[in-house]
Amino acid sequence: MHSVLTRPGTGLADLLLRLAGILVALILSALILLIAGTSPLDAFNLLFTGAFGSSTKLAYVITAWVPVLLCCAGLLITFSAGLWNIGVEGQIIMGAVFATWLMRVLGDPLPAGIVLPLAALAGLAGGGVWGVLTGMLKLYGNVNEIFGGLGLNFIASSLTVYLVLGPWKRPGIGSTSGTQPFPPALWLPSFEGFNVSPVEILLGLTAVALIAVMLRGTYFGLRLKAIGKNMRAAFLMGIPTSQHLLAAFALCGAFAGLAGWVLVVGASSRHNLFPLISSGYGFLAILVVLLANLSAIWSVPISFFFAAIGIGSLQLALQRQLDSSLGGVIQGLLVLSILVTQGIRNRLLKRGD
Amino acid sequence: MKVELRDIHKRFGSVQANDGVSLCIEPGTIYGLLGENGAGKSTLMKILSGFISADSGEILLDGKQVRISSPAEAIKLGVGMLHQDPLDFPPLRVLDDFVLGSPGSWLLSRRRARRELQELASQFHFNLDPEATVSSLSIGERQQLEIVRLLWLGAKVLILDEPTTAISAQQRAKLFAALRKLAKQGQTIIFVSHKLEEVEQICSEVLVLARGRVTGQVAMPFPTEGLVRMMFGQPVMLGKRLDVPLGRPLLELEDVGVSPPQAGRLAVKNLSLAVREGEVIGLAGLEGSGQRLLLEVSAGLIRPTMGKVLLGGRDMTGRPYREFLEAGVAHLPAGRLEEGLIAGMTLTEHVALVERRQPFLVNWEVAAQAAVSRIQEFNIKGRPTTRVEELSGGNQQRALLGLLPPQLKLLLMEHPTRGLDIESSEYIWGLLLNRTLLGTAIIFSSSDLDELLDRSDRILVFFNGSLVSALDARQATVEQLGELIGGKGVA
Repeated sequence: MHSVLTRPGTGLADLLLRLAGILVALILSALILLIAGTSPLDAFNLLFTGAFGSSTKLAYVITAWVPVLLCCAGLLITFSAGLWNIGVEGQIIMGAVFATWLMRVLGDPLPAGIVLPLAALAGLAGGGVWGVLTGMLKLYGNVNEIFGGLGLNFIASSLTVYLVLGPWKRPGIGSTSGTQPFPPALWLPSFEGFNVSPVEILLGLTAVALIAVMLRGTYFGLRLKAIGKNMRAAFLMGIPTSQHLLAAFALCGAFAGLAGWVLVVGASSRHNLFPLISSGYGFLAILVVLLANLSAIWSVPISFFFAAIGIGSLQLALQRQLDSSLGGVIQGLLVLSILVTQGIRNRLLKRGD
Repeated sequence: MKVELRDIHKRFGSVQANDGVSLCIEPGTIYGLLGENGAGKSTLMKILSGFISADSGEILLDGKQVRISSPAEAIKLGVGMLHQDPLDFPPLRVLDDFVLGSPGSWLLSRRRARRELQELASQFHFNLDPEATVSSLSIGERQQLEIVRLLWLGAKVLILDEPTTAISAQQRAKLFAALRKLAKQGQTIIFVSHKLEEVEQICSEVLVLARGRVTGQVAMPFPTEGLVRMMFGQPVMLGKRLDVPLGRPLLELEDVGVSPPQAGRLAVKNLSLAVREGEVIGLAGLEGSGQRLLLEVSAGLIRPTMGKVLLGGRDMTGRPYREFLEAGVAHLPAGRLEEGLIAGMTLTEHVALVERRQPFLVNWEVAAQAAVSRIQEFNIKGRPTTRVEELSGGNQQRALLGLLPPQLKLLLMEHPTRGLDIESSEYIWGLLLNRTLLGTAIIFSSSDLDELLDRSDRILVFFNGSLVSALDARQATVEQLGELIGGKGVA
């Protein structure tokens, strides 16, 4: 982990290197856009207007931003503890599954004002359980969390396919498009004329703020960081490392599960459970946290920026008949070029010693 | 092949591992390289075999100056090294491991390789089944495989680094016979060891290293006391011993056995020991003779496979490490930055980690103040915001001591002053011995004989996993201790 993550940058040189990374990414993206047969300037313009051109589009950006933010909050915990929680995708899915289950069971008898918060708790629990499972596989089964997480991701997504086509299929038609959408009463209330729920935004930002405080100011956060930097020394100091690792997985899973709940009940969501509901938000959040160099504050604008690229790139497909996955390519290039510049910086620093 | 090294220097950080070492070995010799742990033997041999490069100095093979920048180049020039832990591939079959390093064509003839493996092995009476997997072999057999592999690759200089650490007596006899035969064939053998008896048994010439320098070069046979003095130097008298009156028994080990963490490593059996309050016990012996296992079993870090561990009369056998901590046991490992401190964290953060004042939130101001007072009390050259990896070795050790809880019953330490200058070690022992006045018992391992003799009340000597003798430190001498450590007089 140390090879990738560096200390929080200081000074002008660091800022310049970061900017250089972004510049490299832009140049490479421009090249790829040229190869794809479009003018880079036109494409960047489309990306921008596609994300911010109207309030509807901005609402989409925010809708995509919130789950990433929530996952970032969770991943900040696991990364601090030195864990690669690749299983975050599965944790989102299980949060969505648990929330959906609760609303299917209690949505009718109970009023929405009670069901929605209960479903959120169910989402927290679902993601948390899936996270703890990864942790237990690591601690007691000696399965590296990367492989455990990948395996559990597959199980979670297969489970949604089974549920959507099996026990929870729509009356009459069993289709992979998902379960029967929930009635508007079970949607998060949105702003007037702006299809985003204040609850979502508040939740995402609060989560990141909470984690920032936790990592900086609590014994739990301090101990997690100690474990992440040197597990053996932390253990010898008397820190119960296993419990802390499990807690990190549980918390990260819970935040991811909450993201799953948002994906089901959010104002602009599809209001149902469907296969691949996690939509890669978890993986995106991993990249965001790496780019932010484990800084909670930086992960807020970076995740917003990535959400904007994701939504804006839809216009490339709609208006220029280009593949919308070009957005993903640009995101990937950004991450790689910035990580590479960080790597080069570290190597130069090492040589300087 | 004639091997010459001239004025080799190599520095690792603040440690001068080789400081102007020169040697000359004629072909057909079994040449001993003798010295205690950390004397610079392995460094010198790694330079000769291309694993690391010297800061300065020359290597000459058969009178020709060469530059060796990788093990592959070394073997091309005819220099092969057999490491303490065989560098082989446990999951592979013996034959595959054998041919793995062979240079040249992409296509290899297994049939030829198998024939040559068997011919070479039978020359030395080694029994190596080409179809067995390497992991099923004993350490001794894996060494045999490495030897024939290096010979097959054309080694004319064979370096053996502590080859007898983990092998049986029969395998040792076989190994020595093979080495003698090789020397007769004109091979140059360099035998690196800190075991006096073996060096006396097999080598015709011996070079002694201490603290990175040559302290002696003699033809064998040579009196043992002379070798010991060259290895460990003349005793230097340091700070006064505090004759603390001993209290009640604190730690008792009853017939304890410990199985090794890795297969093929040595186990400790039938260990019995009683340590009293205020007592200082020194553990002597070659690295890996069982001292670490004793310390870890006393700290509750590993569970004994048999016997009992008692603390203040309470049976603690098999209890978790946390309960040992709560009972007032502390363990300072040898790797200060690997196991003791957390690189990347500041002194203040370390203080906050060990000193929890509130249930939930860290008060950073209070932690910084606590760090300042510990920095003063323990004479640490650093500031609260200094990251521990920026401290020098001596200051890291002082920081580790400064992080220990004030009330301790038993303090376990590995090499408490390794790599520190005399001033730092004096200071650290001052702090440690003050604790014994409060009844803390100390058990420490060290490869510094003077430290063992000056600081301990009792010295326990380990050899090959067993406690071979217990000495009163006030009456023991460096020579006596050196011979016991080297396994003299042990069957």
